[in-house]
Amino acid sequence: MSRYLIPLGCFIVLVVFLAIGLSRDPHEIPSPLINKPAPAFQLTQLHEPGKSFKAEEMRGKVWLLNAWASWCVSCREEHPLLLEFSKSSPAPIYGLDYKDSREDALSWLNEFGNPYVLSAFDADGRVGIDFGVYGVPETYVIDRNGVIRFKQIGPITREVWEQTILPLVKDLNK
Amino acid sequence: MKRALAQLVLVCCVLLTAAAKDAQPMADDPELEKRVTNLSQELRCLVCQNETLADSRADLADDLRRTIREQMRAGKSDKEIVAYLTERYGDFVLYRPPVKPATYLLWFGPFILLVTAPVFLFRYMRHRSGLITDRPLSAEERERAAKLLDSNIGKEGL
Repeated sequence: MSRYLIPLGCFIVLVVFLAIGLSRDPHEIPSPLINKPAPAFQLTQLHEPGKSFKAEEMRGKVWLLNAWASWCVSCREEHPLLLEFSKSSPAPIYGLDYKDSREDALSWLNEFGNPYVLSAFDADGRVGIDFGVYGVPETYVIDRNGVIRFKQIGPITREVWEQTILPLVKDLNK
Repeated sequence: MKRALAQLVLVCCVLLTAAAKDAQPMADDPELEKRVTNLSQELRCLVCQNETLADSRADLADDLRRTIREQMRAGKSDKEIVAYLTERYGDFVLYRPPVKPATYLLWFGPFILLVTAPVFLFRYMRHRSGLITDRPLSAEERERAAKLLDSNIGKEGL
């Protein structure tokens, strides 16, 4: 009997492993920055090139940083949700306009609406690299001490917002 | 005349495409560029995940190569640059995963198989050879065999 059971057991284990492998998104690379301090940066603001935005200014607040770009297709998909969430979000949403032109980015926001308190303008993507951005949109939840607590790779979905981000932000705000 | 013109057009085309396809030298310093290429061949592009940073044409790969180049110019060692990238993108950027508890199975698994498989093979073979017993032919069987060998049955078969 064990003659058949052992190969069958091996086969089932193999199938389980393959099933897990197949159901995971290979584009989601776990970020090593989780629970590490968010990289410090200083960039000009998208709307006011004369003013700058420093990550340090956000010390003491829980906030979201959403990397986006006018050329990014999935950002359009995410945008209506961000607009909706920004109205009731317990944490302010800041944008990181990643590798974009000011003109395109501004007209994009004019067309689709602006969910951000402000957007930092990362023209050459250096800050993006510091944050380990490799595919916009990406969203970081950053706590009062400037530590990254969560990273969403790809568009935020309603599910992720309601089940992960909101509870986390509420918890961090306590 | 026509032929000369055609040749001229052809030559122009070739020259134009050659000009268009030529890779832009990224640094004036070929030594540095060589170092950048060598290092980026060890690193994975995060956008096209089966390509190295050296091969990938993704925008991000360009930016990362630029970052590597800048850091090399600033005098950082390859090790420091790799550390910088793994801090941001994780071990995933490395084509050679580091040896650590999470990757022990990956690194040593094949050797474990190499060692354990022959043990099982050996045990199996011993078990099998135990099943085969030496049984000499009986006198009767011997006679039958001799008969078969003498008769024409076998020869006809050939």
